[in-house]
Amino acid sequence: MSNETVSDASETPPFLFAPRRRQILQGRNGLIASAASSVAIVFAIVAILVWAPGGATFRSTFFNPHYLWLALKGDPHQAVYSVLGGIVTNIWMFLLCEVLVLIFGLLIAWTRISTSPLLLPFRLLAAAYTDIMRGIPFLLVILMVGYGLPQLNLPLVSNLSLASYGCIALTMTYSAYVAEVYRAGLHSVPHGQILAARSLGLTQYATMRRVVLPQAVRTVIPPLLNDFISLQKDTALVSVIGAVETVRAAQIGVDTYFNESAYTMSAILFLVMTIPMTRFTDHLIAKDREKRLAGER
Amino acid sequence: MSDEVLKLTSVVKRFGDHEVLRDVSLSLHRHEVVCLIGASGSGKSTLLRCANLLETINGGDIELFGQSLLDPRIDPNLVRRHMGTVFQSFNLFPHLSVLDNVALGPVRALKRPYDDVRVEAMALLARIGLESRAQEFPDRLSGGQQQRVAIVRSLAMRPSLLLLDEVTSALDPTLVGEVLDLLTDLAKSGTTMLIATHEMNFARDVAHQVVFLDQGVLVEQGSPEEVFDRPRHDATRAFLGRVR
Repeated sequence: MSNETVSDASETPPFLFAPRRRQILQGRNGLIASAASSVAIVFAIVAILVWAPGGATFRSTFFNPHYLWLALKGDPHQAVYSVLGGIVTNIWMFLLCEVLVLIFGLLIAWTRISTSPLLLPFRLLAAAYTDIMRGIPFLLVILMVGYGLPQLNLPLVSNLSLASYGCIALTMTYSAYVAEVYRAGLHSVPHGQILAARSLGLTQYATMRRVVLPQAVRTVIPPLLNDFISLQKDTALVSVIGAVETVRAAQIGVDTYFNESAYTMSAILFLVMTIPMTRFTDHLIAKDREKRLAGER
Repeated sequence: MSDEVLKLTSVVKRFGDHEVLRDVSLSLHRHEVVCLIGASGSGKSTLLRCANLLETINGGDIELFGQSLLDPRIDPNLVRRHMGTVFQSFNLFPHLSVLDNVALGPVRALKRPYDDVRVEAMALLARIGLESRAQEFPDRLSGGQQQRVAIVRSLAMRPSLLLLDEVTSALDPTLVGEVLDLLTDLAKSGTTMLIATHEMNFARDVAHQVVFLDQGVLVEQGSPEEVFDRPRHDATRAFLGRVR
């Protein structure tokens, strides 16, 4: 062996110190550094709101305590709806839609990955459906459903409340997205699992139900929750067909008092709903990542 | 009923233009152990997958107990319930406990009551010394333990024969022994098995018949002594020379 490629350890020990500028951020110094940078950022944001040329106007139109409170409780005498009462509509809309989306999304995904020759037309239909519904802006879907279905004059579907049309539109669009999430999850289960189940003589249905689905659900939950967060927020778009949910209620308040604080209140209420959900989703993702790094399943 | 369990007649299997099995004929009798040997890519695994209908063949015939499996009225699920299959990579179900891995087939395919199956499954696990691990998930077990559970999982279906596809190839060398011991045990108790393997000493010990495949062609077939000690073909000699 020649010594040309491997340096001789007996000479001088190699230099192993980090550059000085990085030494500063190590250990206790790192804590101080992160505290300092946090304070600076918060200060900068507040400073913009306080010292901007239109800062005072901005604060009095969007953060006026009187109108924030008025928006929250509403005023029946002036026909102003409560933003808080409005959000109840958003909540039941997304709760109902989430359940419907879970069911329809799974049906669409299951149809798309089926192999039975009998289901060919349904497969094509399901593929076309996901392409179309993901391709049309949700705003247009809700306008078409909200103004189109009543015109059909059909029993059952033509005499619903405006919020119900909103739910139909939300379910139609989000089922397409969620179907794709499911499909990715179903495909993420290793093929060997399917071979093993089929080799035991399990039918295609039993293989799906007992082996593939339970494993796919794990991988699917975080992206699914992400879609649900979008769904919660998109209940606000139902306001365009006139359903009085929180955003429509806020709009009425703004138009009555010529003060935008009702929008701020509505935004705060949305955050109260979505932040726990986003935190929970992040928590699940972090836990899954930890597990994977630990070499578990 | 004759004691012929599985019979392959002039089986041809193609993937596109590539012929993976060319005119392979083979028969397996009750209580018989047949070992398939040959290099990787020689068609051993494909042959096993054709036998349990995971692959459809392009020519020839496969019979189980004298009935052609090419008959369009055949239900592959019923066929597979008679053939236990064990894979190189175990393929245990990670979301089920060891016990439920073993019980899944009898409960969901044979529709037998869980309580009965449970007792049998525990007895099978006791046979491989893992009854104390029944409630754990498969990823807590070593590779050798997982593969033994996989073997027991296929036995729980009370199959007429076992198909084993290089079941020790994915294992740490120190874990190969425990799996081969179990298979030797099964062979002694009269289990009918078709085994694709790279373990020549094992094949010599347990096989009644050894079959050498080379590029999809069945080159040589006979008792272990005939194939290992007095190979008649150059290809067999060359292969055995390389693996020794």
